[in-house]
Amino acid sequence: MSEHNEHHELGFIRTYVFSIDHKVIGIQYAITGLLFLFFGFCLMMLMRWQLAYPGEALPLIASWFENSQMMPGGVMSPDLYNSFGAMHGTIMVFLGVVPLAVGGFGNYLVPLQIGAPDMAFPKLNAASYWSYFVGGVVMLCSFFLPGGPAQSGWTSYPPLSILASTGQTAWLIGMVFLITSSLLGSINIIVTIVQLRAKGLSFFRMPFLVWAQFVTSFLLVLAFPPLEAAAVFQLMDRVAGTSFFMPSGLVVGGMPLQVAGGGNPVLWQHLFWFLAHPEVYVLILPALGIVTEIIANNTRKPLYGYKTMVYSVLFLGFMSFIVWAHHMFMTGMGTTMSNFFQTTTMIISIPSVILITCLIITLWGGSIRFNLPMMFALAFLPMFAIGGLTGLPLGLATSDIYLHDTYYVIGHFHYVVAPGTLFALFAGIYYWYPKVTGRMMNNLLGKLHFWISFLAINGIFMPMFIQGFAGVSRRLHTPNFYAHAQAVQGTNVFMSISAWVLGAAQLFFIINFFLSLKAGKRASDNPWDATTLEWATPTPPPHGNFLQEPVVHRGPYEYSVPGKATDYIPQQVS
Amino acid sequence: MDSPSIYGWWLPPDVSAHGAIIDQIILIMHVFMVALFVGWGLFFVYCLVRFRQRPGHKARHEIPHSKLPKFLEIGVVIFEAFILVGLSYPAWSKLRTAFPPRESATNIRIVAQQFGWNIHYPGKDGVFGRTDPKLVSDSNTIGLDLNDPNAKDDITTLGQLHFPVDKPVIANLTSKDVIHSLFIPVLRVKHDAIPGMNVPIWWEAKQTGQFEIACAQLCGNGHTTMRGFVSIDTPEEYAAWMAEKEKELEPAPQ
Ligand code: HEM
Ligand SMILES: [Cu+2]
Ligand SMILES: [Cu+2]
Repeated sequence: MSEHNEHHELGFIRTYVFSIDHKVIGIQYAITGLLFLFFGFCLMMLMRWQLAYPGEALPLIASWFENSQMMPGGVMSPDLYNSFGAMHGTIMVFLGVVPLAVGGFGNYLVPLQIGAPDMAFPKLNAASYWSYFVGGVVMLCSFFLPGGPAQSGWTSYPPLSILASTGQTAWLIGMVFLITSSLLGSINIIVTIVQLRAKGLSFFRMPFLVWAQFVTSFLLVLAFPPLEAAAVFQLMDRVAGTSFFMPSGLVVGGMPLQVAGGGNPVLWQHLFWFLAHPEVYVLILPALGIVTEIIANNTRKPLYGYKTMVYSVLFLGFMSFIVWAHHMFMTGMGTTMSNFFQTTTMIISIPSVILITCLIITLWGGSIRFNLPMMFALAFLPMFAIGGLTGLPLGLATSDIYLHDTYYVIGHFHYVVAPGTLFALFAGIYYWYPKVTGRMMNNLLGKLHFWISFLAINGIFMPMFIQGFAGVSRRLHTPNFYAHAQAVQGTNVFMSISAWVLGAAQLFFIINFFLSLKAGKRASDNPWDATTLEWATPTPPPHGNFLQEPVVHRGPYEYSVPGKATDYIPQQVS
Repeated sequence: MDSPSIYGWWLPPDVSAHGAIIDQIILIMHVFMVALFVGWGLFFVYCLVRFRQRPGHKARHEIPHSKLPKFLEIGVVIFEAFILVGLSYPAWSKLRTAFPPRESATNIRIVAQQFGWNIHYPGKDGVFGRTDPKLVSDSNTIGLDLNDPNAKDDITTLGQLHFPVDKPVIANLTSKDVIHSLFIPVLRVKHDAIPGMNVPIWWEAKQTGQFEIACAQLCGNGHTTMRGFVSIDTPEEYAAWMAEKEKELEPAPQ
């Protein structure tokens, strides 16, 4: 095909470490992302001990920390709790899910699904991975700073964040690397999709996953620059004595604070949420794309309303830029502003309803196979529905007065990102694992992983709504300090047990992942009888992806076409 | 103090004049959400069972278009529009703009700090004294300028919020250091206290009793314990409490 495709022997380092092959970079992203997800989850399991048994020493590991300042006697201090909370949020969002969903799945699948030999800018692609890597290392190193890592939540609201210890500076520097990485990566995905589609692959013949990645990349490109600027401003406020976000006349710990003054802390919130709301869709859209591919494949029929879904996702992407201030109803917003943001928030629920409706109608008239990827993909649907529905009372400013900053919010967005997005990502891993490794994953271990995770994860997040109704604030180190919180303390124990069960269930996945690599059943090129282009390459795909240049003759989901011998027509039938 | 028994697994009792609409929206929305989810879920399970792969069953390439989903979606939109325009807009306007006249209300300032709530009463003259951050000290936590004649009769408490029942309260909310959020669950009151900003909020209580103030915004390592106490008094109790506080002001000279 191109000279790109010719092989010259590359050393181990060039092939597996500093590779510029999109597939290797995709795998690097995915593995790094999974490791961070696991780490972020471990932080949460420790926090869940404190929440279930406030003030009691941690089991097993308490003795390691006996003399540390952060865990005197093995009991978690508020500082440490806040650090873990902030790092859990940051790591899960910026180091776990986005790298896995956009970096991992996007990198690996987009060129394959559009019939391209690689990304448009392979070296930029490597640069974006390494920028992510550095950002991640900076975040991890912040655990060793005096005073520990950032403690002001993943939202880093000033003035708290500006007064916080050195960890916050590391957080900001890490974020600048992560944002840069996302910008480079998403520009690459956009250009690749626009420029490198195979002959015959018009926009409306693209698999839905490619559309989802396309819109996601636009969200990243357009929303991240304001946050990058804001992060630099906050860094300046911390180290250079500026006061973009610091008002005059602060008195901290009884002492007047010397700052230039005249800034406004709410400015940060606008800049932050202008990114962070689209970021929610950055988390969810690739997941939705994955689920769509798997559902079309396993119902053995074309997607219902493919074009409607594409328009919905475009509209969703656009709307996600004008809802940000629904996170800020409690900052003193007037009626006009609040009416605007309540309205746009209700409007954004419409494309979400359409998307999920199309997916469920796709089931109608199908011949549904319940394999592992499909089980995770199906579980995504009700979980995402719960997450989406519980967003409505939060989007109405009036009911938000009560629910804002309670555990109801934590329950709401975790339903979207944990049993929602994470399940979709697991679905994707089970689905494409054979393509990437040439081996199938073990079914029994997979089913154990699925069923235990499904029950446990609901056991964690469902009680959060109860806590929210009871009025328990989020980010509380001692959850039963208030009278209204004591009434629901029992749920904390239940949630924590569920969280540890969930953690244990992941062992099935980890074992399966490595065991199958060695001993899994060999996979054919197209084990799921799928139609999209990535299955038309050898397994695993070689450098340069395709043996001959692919030409596309039909839409992405030609399943069960009447009068054909097989119930699917792959893109390349030669 | 508080009897924990008034709290449970649903919203705490509402003792405010304005909270009914908040509770109503929360309830209506949840009934709607549960109905939608259950209907959706039944359809989902039905599809999974009826269209499972089995011998002799084939997928259909095309399925007939049904108008039902469209009608359902339009129904959902109309319902959301109603909640939004019919309930949420007016309730929010009432809460945020329809302030009662200052003369008919109990006027206070609330100055949040790490980790407590300073309540500032204007005293007999009804005028708040000047404050200045430079004057803040351990005994003068809000930096009241005692040279200002208006400040002489001002009363401040740490975390003791008293006000009479059945009379609106207007509270000017601010913070000395970081962002906090005033949250009084039983009053359905929540608002951020932001340094550099001074935001008025108001409420009215319909029942007397003793309750807690919580902080809803992460504000540092004492966030959890940033508790305050609310006492909703009868007018007599309130007057008595005020008189006592005023007495405390007097024997200052030594
Ligand atoms: C699946 C296992 C997970 C569990 C058990 C879990 C649990 C929790 C809990 C209990 C909190 C509240 C902490 C507090 O308020 O003090 C929290 C906060 C948070 N979680 Fe998770 N979570 C999980 C997965 C995720 C995922 C996948 C993401 C993101 C993609 C995520 C993002 C966040 C964020 C952003 C916060 C807010 C942190 C902050 O307040 O600054 N979590 N999580
Ligand atoms: Cu506070
Ligand atoms: Cu707080």
